[in-house]
Amino acid sequence: MAYVRPVSKTTWYLAKRSYTVHMLQELTSLFVGILALILLWGISAVARGPEVYRGFLDGLAGPGMIVLLWVTTVVMFYHAIAWFSVTPKAMPVQRGEVFVPGSIIAGAHYVIWFVLSLAILLLAGVF
Amino acid sequence: MAKINKALFWSLFAAGGTLTAFVFPALAVIVLFAAYGSPPEIMGFDQMRGLLSNWFVKMVAFGTVALALWHAAHRLRTALHGMGLRADGAVAVVGYGVALIGTLLSAYYLLQI
Repeated sequence: MAYVRPVSKTTWYLAKRSYTVHMLQELTSLFVGILALILLWGISAVARGPEVYRGFLDGLAGPGMIVLLWVTTVVMFYHAIAWFSVTPKAMPVQRGEVFVPGSIIAGAHYVIWFVLSLAILLLAGVF
Repeated sequence: MAKINKALFWSLFAAGGTLTAFVFPALAVIVLFAAYGSPPEIMGFDQMRGLLSNWFVKMVAFGTVALALWHAAHRLRTALHGMGLRADGAVAVVGYGVALIGTLLSAYYLLQI
C-alpha cells in the first residue's frame, strides 16, 4: 500500500492561504442567493400591491436586515472582483497561435462591470 | 443523463456567476439605499410597477433571479462538499429545490404585475 498523507476533510482549506481564499470565494454564493431572495421578495411585494410593498421597504430597514444588507453588499463586490479575476482561466481566448493575455480579458470585464454599474445606479437615481 | 445534468448545471452556474458579478453589486447598493429609508426615485411603488410591467424588464428580472438562485445552489453544494459535508443528496435536494421554487415564484409574481 502506498502511503497516503492524512488530510482533514473538514479543515484542509485552512492549511494554505490560497485554499482559504478559494473557499471564501465559493461561499460568496450564499450571499448571491440571499440577494436573489430579497429581490424576489421585492418583486412579489410589487405584485401584491402598495401596502405589501410598503411592508417590504419597512422590512429592509429592520436592524438585523441592515447588517445583512451591508455584509451582502461588501460580499457582492468581492464576488465580482474574484469572479472576473478567474474569468481568463475559465474562459481563455485564443487568437491565432497565441492566447490573449489574461489581464486584457479580466480588464475588459472590469470595464464593462464599471460602466454597467454606473448606468444602473444613474437610472435608479442613486446619484 | 448524469453527463447532461453536469453540463446543464455547470452552464447555469457559470451564467449566474457572470451575470451576478456584473449587476449584483449595483443592485445591492440600491437595496441598501432603500433600507436607509431613502429609496431612489425608481423604487416608489408606481415607478417599480411601471418598470416591471415592461416585458423586456420582466424577462431580465426573471433571468437574473433564476440564474442567481441556480448559481448559489450549485456553488454552495460543491462548497459544502468541499468543507466535508457528505450529505450531498440532501444538500442538492434542498439547494436546487429552493432554486426551483424561487424560479417558479418569480415567474408567477412577474406575470401578476
